[in-house]
Amino acid sequence: MRETELLVIGGGPAGLSAALEAASNGCEVVVVDSDLALGGQLIKQTHKFFGSESERAGTRGFEIADILLNELEEMKGRVSVFTNTTAESYYRDTGIVGCMTNEDDYWCIKPRKIVNATGASEKILPFHNNDLPGVYGAGAIQTLMNVYGVVPGKRVLMVGAGNIGLVVSYQLLQAGVDVAAIVEFMPNISGYWVHAAKVRRLGVPVLLKHTIIEALGENKVEGAWIQAVDENNQLTGEPQKIECDTICMAVGLAPTVDLLWQAGCEMLYVPELCGYVAKRDTQMRTSHPDIWAAGDAHGIEEASAAMVEGRIAGLGVAHALDHIDRMKFGEKLGIYWKRLDNLRAGSTGEKIRCGVGKCTCKCWEVD
Amino acid sequence: MTNEEKLYNSGVLTEKRPGAILPPRELWEKKKNGLVIIECPQEIPCNPCYSSCPTGAILPFEKIIHTPKIDYSKCIGCALCVASCPGLACFVVDLTYGSEEEALMKLPYELLPVPEKGEEVDCLSRIGEIVAKGKVVEVTEPRKDRTKVVHVVVPRELVDDIRAIRVVK
Ligand SMILES: Cc1cc2nc3c(=O)[nH]c(=O)nc-3n(C[C@H](O)[C@H](O)[C@H](O)COP(=O)(O)OP(=O)(O)OC[C@H]3O[C@@H](n4cnc5c(N)ncnc54)[C@H](O)[C@@H]3O)c2cc1C
Repeated sequence: MRETELLVIGGGPAGLSAALEAASNGCEVVVVDSDLALGGQLIKQTHKFFGSESERAGTRGFEIADILLNELEEMKGRVSVFTNTTAESYYRDTGIVGCMTNEDDYWCIKPRKIVNATGASEKILPFHNNDLPGVYGAGAIQTLMNVYGVVPGKRVLMVGAGNIGLVVSYQLLQAGVDVAAIVEFMPNISGYWVHAAKVRRLGVPVLLKHTIIEALGENKVEGAWIQAVDENNQLTGEPQKIECDTICMAVGLAPTVDLLWQAGCEMLYVPELCGYVAKRDTQMRTSHPDIWAAGDAHGIEEASAAMVEGRIAGLGVAHALDHIDRMKFGEKLGIYWKRLDNLRAGSTGEKIRCGVGKCTCKCWEVD
Repeated sequence: MTNEEKLYNSGVLTEKRPGAILPPRELWEKKKNGLVIIECPQEIPCNPCYSSCPTGAILPFEKIIHTPKIDYSKCIGCALCVASCPGLACFVVDLTYGSEEEALMKLPYELLPVPEKGEEVDCLSRIGEIVAKGKVVEVTEPRKDRTKVVHVVVPRELVDDIRAIRVVK
């Protein structure tokens, strides 16, 4: 059976950063990712990222992936990568992880430590006919458009004005697709204001306190009914018909934590982090002494934060495996936390700070 | 909620606020090449405007989530921030350009088709309404990263309304 010092599950910004940090400190690393290519969400992001220069702000998402992959290439001797490979099971008694490559090749690996960087999965919204062809999640639309170069339709109704709904609307406009409207249940956009301004000035209406109630059509989407909601979140007024051939749901993400449940990690429901997440210490270690997590799998946030969390987790593993001494570990940990605190400062970071506060303990009684 | 608040909450600037102000008029009127207008009124963790500014006109961020502050005396209207801002929230306006009725705007542009020099384009307001015709005099790509900066001549009295262009073909 294959053995390794560190198994990183998921090769998005968090997983890649964990692999880089651990490998650069001398760990032997295996990275597995379900997708055909590494990079996670980054490879679908054609817009320039927010954040600070040190987390590559101002660079387009897919180019950030390229930068990380180039760095990984330099660590080739210590890092092995398996794409099209899903980590499916964790055996508590032996610590073995079962992986499936290509949907037919099942193999096992025994790592000494694991970083779970599995990202997130999309939430969906219940409404009449939401199973009609032409109703998509935002992730599917991004994959179609930005990975395969296929537009989903001619005219889209976007549901949700968080960053994903706003950014995907902009990407649709860039691809020459009309955006009929963005409907948002809340009384204000929840994404960044500048992202909204960007689509507003191109003529896209943002209908606050509105929701979709039905998709129209026999075999595919041929329109949608939307309606306003009042202060008590009850439908109000006359429904309004929207002409569209595509409906895109961008109504939030939930951390992907299946393997952490399997491993028996202590889990908490933290609304601010958008679902169940593992309780962790300040080096991202879960209650299981051999398992760390980072990125959206540790709470829905941003790629910028995911990269720093990945760094911290990789550093923690390197320390636990005695690749770096306590002094250097403490020093670097301090630097990374400063960056993380910076990203989470201010009013937009308040929710995250509150969520992280609920599930972070100073240190587990391990070692 | 007032209509103004509703509009603002949906991404439309309705009045000046911290992070979204106009340059001081007197300096602006005579500054060749123009001065920057940034419309970034929300505290978000982002600073490429500052790090792209070659003259220090965009002041260092004490905290990365602060909204941008500008020392207009140092701004040279180079539009590097226009090309760098991930939010497309920076615009340069040159009031010294052309006749009394004209002004030059340097606007970020990431759509297709790319307008050509000399082309007439629709000028769009903050809610996408066509408010004027403008003439493109230059298209640059300062960072060679596919974000274009379109230099367009617009009616001077509309520099606080026009925020985008659309190619008409
Ligand atoms: C439209 C949109 C716009 C965004 N804009 C920004 C922005 O401007 N700035 C910013 O900082 N962030 C932005 N983000 C957020 C950012 O993309 C995510 O926060 C970030 O990608 C999270 O990184 P991650 O590594 O945790 O997860 P992901 O990027 O989701 O990567 C997880 C990886 O794990 C793999 N995986 C999952 N389960 C398994 C398994 N069991 N076995 C093997 N592999 C598995 C997946 O295939 C995937 O490749 C945006 C996101 C979206 C959708």
